[in-house]
This record gives sequence, structure tokens and C-alpha cells, in this order.
Amino acid sequence: MTALAIRGGHLIDPAAGVDAVKDVLLKDGRVAEIAAPGKLKQAEGAEVLDATGLTVAPGLIDIHVHLREPGQGYKETIATGTAAAAAGGFTAVAAMPNSTPVNDSVEITRWMQAPERGASVRVFPIAAATRGSKGEAINDYAAMKSAGAVAVSDDGHPILKDNVMREALAAAARVGLCVIQHAEDTRQTQRGSMNQGLASFKLGLWGMPAEAESSMVERDIRLVTELRDARAHLHVAHVSTAAALAAVRQARRSGLRVTCEVAPHHFLLTEEHVGLYNTNAKMSPPLRSAADRDAMIEGILDGVVDAIATDHAPHATHEKEVEFENAPNGIIGLETALGLSLRWLHKEWKLPLGRVLSLLSAQPAALLGLKGRGTLTVGSFADVVVFDPAAEWTYRAADGKSKARNTPFDGWKMQGKVRWTVSEGRVAYSNPAYSETRVDVSRSRSVQVDATPRER
Amino acid sequence: MNATALPIRRQLVTPQAPASAFPYNSGSLLSILDLSLEGVSHILARATALEKQDPLTRARILAKRRIALLFYESSTRTRTSFELAAKSLGADTALVSSLSSSIEKGESLKDTGLTLRALGAEAIILRHNSSGAAWLLEAETRIPVLNAGDGMHEHPTQALLDLRTLLAHLRSGTEAVNAETLAGVTVTIVGDILHSRVARSNMLLLPRLGARVLLCGPKELLPEVAAQTGPGIAIERNFEAALSQSQAVIMLRIQAERLAGMQLDLDEYRAGYQLTGQRLATYAPEAVVLHPGPIIRGMEVTAGVADGAQSAILEQVTNGVAIRMAVVERALTAEMGGRA
Repeated sequence: MTALAIRGGHLIDPAAGVDAVKDVLLKDGRVAEIAAPGKLKQAEGAEVLDATGLTVAPGLIDIHVHLREPGQGYKETIATGTAAAAAGGFTAVAAMPNSTPVNDSVEITRWMQAPERGASVRVFPIAAATRGSKGEAINDYAAMKSAGAVAVSDDGHPILKDNVMREALAAAARVGLCVIQHAEDTRQTQRGSMNQGLASFKLGLWGMPAEAESSMVERDIRLVTELRDARAHLHVAHVSTAAALAAVRQARRSGLRVTCEVAPHHFLLTEEHVGLYNTNAKMSPPLRSAADRDAMIEGILDGVVDAIATDHAPHATHEKEVEFENAPNGIIGLETALGLSLRWLHKEWKLPLGRVLSLLSAQPAALLGLKGRGTLTVGSFADVVVFDPAAEWTYRAADGKSKARNTPFDGWKMQGKVRWTVSEGRVAYSNPAYSETRVDVSRSRSVQVDATPRER
Repeated sequence: MNATALPIRRQLVTPQAPASAFPYNSGSLLSILDLSLEGVSHILARATALEKQDPLTRARILAKRRIALLFYESSTRTRTSFELAAKSLGADTALVSSLSSSIEKGESLKDTGLTLRALGAEAIILRHNSSGAAWLLEAETRIPVLNAGDGMHEHPTQALLDLRTLLAHLRSGTEAVNAETLAGVTVTIVGDILHSRVARSNMLLLPRLGARVLLCGPKELLPEVAAQTGPGIAIERNFEAALSQSQAVIMLRIQAERLAGMQLDLDEYRAGYQLTGQRLATYAPEAVVLHPGPIIRGMEVTAGVADGAQSAILEQVTNGVAIRMAVVERALTAEMGGRA
């Protein structure tokens, strides 16, 4: 395998406490050396990426995506979904099991990771928590884990029964996995297609009450409390309500192993963004009130939120061009997460760059126990994102790598342009808006980089 | 539910929701909010003028223009009056209903709309069981779309015909309306507000003319949040207290088809909210009684009230034809496409 030297970039590795200009040498899929600029000792023959003026950081990790394979390749494939991930700076994604069929088997878990899928970045399957995600009988977590599953979840089909959820938490804890719960008491959200409140009343749509989320989170936390001695780990997916986040905060104060993620749309948008039935603003959990959205921002800024995850949920265009209540839930997010996080969390709300990156790499890696990821120390995986943190650009969904276009962020201003994404030592994405700059170090030192993105 | 939100450390700038691009076509009538008061006045004036006009002259206004009526829900009044209105203006109409078309085979609303446009329809009158369907259809076809009722959301022509009926009783002779036209008037809307597109369109129109709207009904059918829909709206759950303040009362049908899963004791409902002859005589002997139909006699109103002297229910039906002539004319001539 060829070696790759990333030279002259500003390395930010929150987990390792590094925030300085460094050269990084990647070899055989691992980080081989980190040195002051020009001081790499083993870079002989390495291909060079000139990162002068750019930020170098651990590859981003999205612990909540839907890649739609097996079974729904018309929406997205593992190849297109991971190409979108790479374009967005992600080097690893955790794929939810609600494929067709549901990923509740060792066979599907292995199939998803097979080289034939053509993934651009590492795919970590999340196994179904129960058989067929029906919420009745729990799966064989040990077997799923040894096949490569990094967590268990019935995402989209919350586990309603107390005894099943308790059993899932206990069984997952025994094998060192967390249970990811899409917290929604579906008995309270029947027919609902947006947040319950004034906006849903005005639009004449059935609402999904905030309590449907918070009551489920509170129930799950009670179960984790009962299983305190077993060190059960509950991860609350896409928290969207102030009340649910408050419950997570309280659980953490009590020393429980409860973590949570927030999606960019939930810290940026409110139910008002549904506008006049924009189906690209329909997802579950739905966009909430301004107070809820503000609570998500506060939770990110004060640290109770462990990760930013996109809930990348591709759908075919024709599936979204229907009556609002008939449209499927979900929006894509892999190609906008970094741009939105830098534009809003960092630039607007002054969250330090290292904290933003940590929420997108180190913390999600730690949360799922992804060893050697989310950091760039010698020996860790050569998963790197190189980006221009100051570059502003406009996102055009039609130009995306995902098969799908269902996003409310089309035309939005983004900050932070990905230059390269390196997955386990391979360049998984090179931004075509920059001129080609990879050169052989044996021929010369790196040549001039045209680091100015061309406007599209 | 938001009491648990922590105070934000500082005032944050957050992304604003974009302004609406609707309606794309100035001939469309999707929401009652698409109309300025000037636009409302124009429709009222045209309704009267068209009603009085010689039928043969009137039939030249839209002679041989093509209008499609696309109905996903059953309807007697709205469908017939739209059809009669369009035909009165000379237009050719084609009725497509969900049970006798390719909609049954799974054709989408978008494809149905594009097909109708390709067949030469210059405007589509849409009745649909999903809220927002008219917006989808307009966005996809860009031809004038007249919303003849979308789910639980809006029914703008009903609000206009209700207004015409109210004006005839309370402000006889008035056609040009302004922000004071209904000052001092209280209109109570009673019953199944939650599921009612008629209530929503009326709530958004009447206060703009100075009326006070009282909403009355049990909490299952009338959530507190309804009062925040717009200015000039309040909730009065005591029917008799509401009646005693009202110059007009709009009774709504209990929409059994949308009640799925809801526990509602109908005997209790009748006891609390049925408009009986005795209630009307005691608390609102002068009020005009409206109902968008279909009425369920013995449920929300007694037969005596429906047929009684204070009932304007059949006048509403008649006004529907006049209002819809004006709205159909506007769709294809679009001289008054102003938004509110």
C-alpha cells in the first residue's frame, strides 16, 4: 500500500489535544508518523497532499445513517451513500438496520461490509435490536457483534415493551454494545406528520407531541437505572425536544451511561420551516418548536450532547413529491453536516473548532467504542479529513454524491470546504473544485496548490 | 413541554424560515390568506354582478375554456356549485373523481395534475382529503388551482360564501369590505374545530373584517392552541355563554371520518353543543345560523333549527354558486391576483 504524506496542514485532533501545524504520514492504512512541518522521517516515496492553509482532522464519523441496502437501492446504495459521506468529510458511518430485509442477521451484517458493496468509507452496521425490528424477541448480540455490528437498534420502530427494552439493554451490556433508541412512543404519534403545536393546527396536520419523545426517553432511563449495576448503555438517537434532553442531562448527572446525539436539522430548523407542506422538512422526530431548537443548541454548547449525527435518510424524489402526510420521513445530511456545523455552531455561535470536530469524530467514536478512530495518533486508522475551515460555499443538492435530493438545505450557505477525505489511507474523496495537487515526493517537493475553490 | 428548556446563555441568531413562494399562479385560490381585503371585495362584487347578469351574456365570459374538477372526496354542494358556476360562465368542465379514474390504480396527484393539464385544463378545482394537496398540485402544474377543501386545512370559497351570507344578514348592501366592516360582530364557530377546514378559513378571514370569532367545543375537538391561529380569536367552551354574545353562529358537522381513535361521547356532545330551538330562542334569538353542510339533523342541530327562521343554511348554498362564479372567473382572467 502506498504511503501518503499530508504536509503543512493545521492538525486539530481534539482527542489527542493537538492543535498545531503538523505533517502527517499515513502508511498501510494507519497513521505512521506525526511531525513538525518538514520533519517527517519515514516519508520517503510517499505521495504528498499539500495541506498548506488547510485544517487536517480525524475523519468525521456519522453514527446514524440509512444506506438503504439491502433492498432499497433505488433510494441509495452503500456505494452512493458512502460516496456522499466521503464528500462530506466522513470516513466512517454507522448504518441503521431498517433495510429490506431488516438487518437482524450475521449474513446481512457481513454482506453490508463486503468489498463488493463498493463503499468509499468504512461502514459499521448497527444490528436490529429485535428480530425483524418487531420489538418482541431480542437478537443474538454476541453473534452480531462478532460479525461487525457496533450497536443495536430498532431505529424507526421504537421498542415499546418495557421487558423487551430491559432485556435488550442488559444483553447489549453483556457484550459491550449500546442500545440506540429512536425515542418515540408511537401510540402517541399515530397519523402524525409534524410536531404537535400551533403550526400543525394551522396546517391541519396531525401532530406528534413532544411527550411522545420525552416519555420514551424517561422510560428508557428508568430501565437503565434499574440496570445500573450491569452498566447498561442507552444512546438516545436524534434528540429533538427540550424535555428529552433535560432527561438525558439528569441521567448523566446521576452517573448513568446515557448518551445522545442531535441532528443538524434539529439544532437549526423549527416547525416553521415546514412552510406550506415542504416534504423535505418532514422527518421523524419532526422539526420542533423554537424553544426545543434552542435547547438543542444549548445542549451542544454546554456539552450534554455527545455527537452530531445526520440521520441521513435518502428517498427518491417521486416519493417526496406527494401529499405531506403521505411522504416518507427523512432527509439526507452527509454532505451538509460539516458545512452547517461550521457555519452555525462555530462561526455564528462561537463553539471552538476543536469542539465541533470532536462532536463529529472523537466523541461518536468513543460512544460506539470504535477503537483507533476519531483521533490521529500514531497507530490509529488513517482516517483523515482535510478541509478549508474558512471557505464559504453554497450547497446544491443536485450536485451531491447521494442518489437522493431530499434536503431542506438546498441553496444554503455552508462554511468549511472538504479538500480531501482519506479513508484508511486511501483518498476517498478529492474535491474537484481544487486543481490536482498530488505529486510524488521523490520527484520534487510539493508543488504549488491552488487552494482557491472554484465557484460552481 | 418547553418549561424544561434551559435559558439560552445569549441571544442567538438562528436561521429564519424562508418566505412562501405560493401562490405561483395569481389565478389560484389556495388559502383565504391569498386574498387581500380588496381581493375579497372584488370577488363579492363580481359574485353579485355575475348573479344578476343575463345567462347568455355570462356564458361568453369563459366560453369553451377548460376547467377540471378533481375530487378525491365526496361532495354535493361544493362540487355541484363549482360545476354550475364554471358552466354558467360558458366553460367546459370535466369531473375526475378518485373512484372512477386512474387514481384508483395508484396514479399520484402530481401525475394526475400533469395529465389534466396536458388534456387542456386551464385550471383545476381540487377537493382532497390530505391537507396541503392544493399546494402540491399548484407547485407541480403551475396552472390556477382552486382549493375546494384540503383535508382539515382550508376551504377558502366556503369562507367567502359564508361572508356573503353574513353580510346579507348583518350588513345588508355591503360589498366593499374593509377592516371595520364587521366591527362589533361576534361570530361563534361551534363543534369539531380540530378537523374543520371551514373553521380554519373562517377564522383567518372574519377577524380581518373586524369581527370577533369565538370558538366553542369540547377540548377533544378544540385544542387550546386554536385561539392562537390569528388575531381576534378566542375560545368560549360554554355554548350558551358563546351564543349570548353572538350575532352569528356557524355550526359544524362532527366529522366521523376523521375521528378515528378518538373517544367522544355523542350524547354528551349533544347535551353540551347541539343547537336546539330552545337554546337559540333563549340565548341568541336574533342570531343568524350557518352550517357548511352536510348537516346531520339531530346531531349538531335539531331539525327545527335547520328549517327555522334563523337558519341561512340554504342561502349559503345559493351564495356558493355566485361566489364560485367569481372565483372561477378570477382564476382564468386573474385581474385581481393580489395577496393579503
